[in-house]
Amino acid sequence: MIEVKKLVKRFGLKTILRGLDFSVEPGEFVALLGPNGAGKTTFLRILATLSRPSLGAVNVAGYQLPNQAAQVRAKLGVVSHMPLLYPDLTAEENMRFYGRMYGIGKIEERITEVLEMVGLENRRKDLVRTFSRGMQQRLAIGRAVIHDPEVMLFDEPYTGLDQDASEMLDDVLRTVAAEGRTVVMTSHDLVRAEELATRFDILSRGVIAASTTQKQLKETNLLSFYKQALAD
Amino acid sequence: MMDIKPEIADNRPQTVGRSSSIIHRPSFIKATLAIIQKDLSAEFRSFELISAMLVFSLLVIIIFNFALELDVKVRQSVTSGVLWATFAFAGTLGLNRSMSVEKDRGCMDGLLLAPVDRSVIYFGKAISNLIFMLIVEAVVLPVYSMLYNVNLFRLDLLGVILLGSIGYAAVGTLLSTMSAQTRTREVLLPILLFPVAMPVLLASVKASSGLLAGAEFSEVLAPLNLLIVYDVIFIAIAFMVFDFVVEE
Amino acid sequence: MQPKPFILKVLDIVSIIVLAVAAYLALVFAPTEAVMGQVQRVFYFHIGTAWVGLLGFVIAAVAGVTYLITKNARWDRFEVAAVEVSTVFFFITIVLGSIWARPAWNTWWTWDPRLTTAAITELIYIAYFMLRQGIEDPEKRARFGAVYTLLGGISAPITFMVIRLFRTIHPVVIGSQSAAAQGGFSMTSDMKVAFFFSLFAFTVIFIDLMWHRIRLGSLEDKVEQLKLKVSM
Repeated sequence: MIEVKKLVKRFGLKTILRGLDFSVEPGEFVALLGPNGAGKTTFLRILATLSRPSLGAVNVAGYQLPNQAAQVRAKLGVVSHMPLLYPDLTAEENMRFYGRMYGIGKIEERITEVLEMVGLENRRKDLVRTFSRGMQQRLAIGRAVIHDPEVMLFDEPYTGLDQDASEMLDDVLRTVAAEGRTVVMTSHDLVRAEELATRFDILSRGVIAASTTQKQLKETNLLSFYKQALAD
Repeated sequence: MMDIKPEIADNRPQTVGRSSSIIHRPSFIKATLAIIQKDLSAEFRSFELISAMLVFSLLVIIIFNFALELDVKVRQSVTSGVLWATFAFAGTLGLNRSMSVEKDRGCMDGLLLAPVDRSVIYFGKAISNLIFMLIVEAVVLPVYSMLYNVNLFRLDLLGVILLGSIGYAAVGTLLSTMSAQTRTREVLLPILLFPVAMPVLLASVKASSGLLAGAEFSEVLAPLNLLIVYDVIFIAIAFMVFDFVVEE
Repeated sequence: MQPKPFILKVLDIVSIIVLAVAAYLALVFAPTEAVMGQVQRVFYFHIGTAWVGLLGFVIAAVAGVTYLITKNARWDRFEVAAVEVSTVFFFITIVLGSIWARPAWNTWWTWDPRLTTAAITELIYIAYFMLRQGIEDPEKRARFGAVYTLLGGISAPITFMVIRLFRTIHPVVIGSQSAAAQGGFSMTSDMKVAFFFSLFAFTVIFIDLMWHRIRLGSLEDKVEQLKLKVSM
């Protein structure tokens, strides 16, 4: 579903990604872990078509980046630590706007469907600015799945959420966003990543330094694997 | 690095909400309209941007009134200058606000993630900005007419104002997209915009003061032509370079 | 550090010589103008600097477009060099013009199309530097800089045309004739020698300075690169 070969990203003279290879099979849920400045967000922004690769081949959902970015975007949903919602519009209006930007037919039905899925149906006429951080994040997930994308990208989705809100988000992420889709998530939160993901890739110094799956982790835990990988 | 294919790879479960598997990309016009409508309905709820522009415009006019001592004689010659200075100042206020709405909560990324051409975003924002400017002008003109007892509601004058506002919004939208991405943000916009928008402002002043002084339409044709030339050229350029301004 | 190229060394010396010769021709060789007297001698350098000033701005706009097409950092350095050198020369042009205008027009400044356009052009390029200053990422800085030189390069001539309209309809401080009429003169053949040599001299100096500035730009990049290597 995602195929990245020898990806290099430079900002001026600084090289953030140094020949990164990465691939995700359909249906996989990959957590990208790594220290600050390792290039997680940069990498995710390239997958999201928001940033151009300097060198290398990137293929998402069967389309080549950056040349077929518009096709990729149609199959892509992104949840970042910012909600990407307009505070002066209602939940419903936000959904309608994004629905129209994706050219969705039967838009009103889809809005109701999505709002029900993220549990905000009864708040649909309320302004987003009155929402709590957790509700905004749930609506952001609704926004990201409105066009029923095949690939989901989560960029630190838990930032700024308390324990309760995080748990609720977990639920929504699992059932609404992740199920039946291919997911790549960056996170600092190893515990949550361990619960959600099926594979863990550790990004360090611009390349994938180590990779493991949920199954292989049985005997050890993610934290020790993470520490080990960064120590190498 | 290990390469493992988990079992769920085959036989992926279907989500309950999976309704439409075929994705239609929206047409250029529909997506542009979506952006404009979004901007307008957010604005008509809060009136943050328009009210700020309006109050600011009135303050500018009051300052000009005393700074220039707008008595009957002076007024004749400076009306168009005062109006355009007001529109230009209020315009930067609106442009800044309109772009920071997109920037603050990452909504710009939301727009960039949509499967539409980048120029849709440019035209959507530019037309919204133009509409905001026109609304402010539609309030300032009658107020000014009333305060100074001049009739500014003439079709030819409104045409000049429309042309000038188009050029200003066209360059302003492009430059505010750029300034929003710099360290100095709001401060930078007027500095970038005014020298480049100078032809619009000067040609508009020239044409409107000519019309207000009772000149024949043929006499103001020269500045009008330059205004049209500027509008066409800069819309075309903004269309071509907008990609470079939003990509990373 | 790479040594200074030999041709550049030669060009440095040539620049100094032609500047000296141009000064001699302008200040001593050319006959004193009958009406305006000694102050007219400013004219030779005024035109010389104005010529390279304009040349630089055209080069900058072309380099900007070339950068946007090729994304090669070399063109960015070219563009910065052209704008920087031109900004200084243009400033000298304006100052020299003022010195000449004081006795010739009896005023330091007049809102004549040429003067006003020169002033606005200077402001455009000051804005250009402020824009670049506000951007951290060198790649984005180059891109925005290129877009702005393009906008400036196109708007400046339109500004000139618009201001001309003000002149033809409005009465102005120095009388209703065009600027050339006030203090205009016809050149003798000796004056022509000084005039054309000055154009030539400033072109040589301009090329020399451009070269130095481009070289400085690439050395700056080298230093950045080395710093990055050390910190790794």
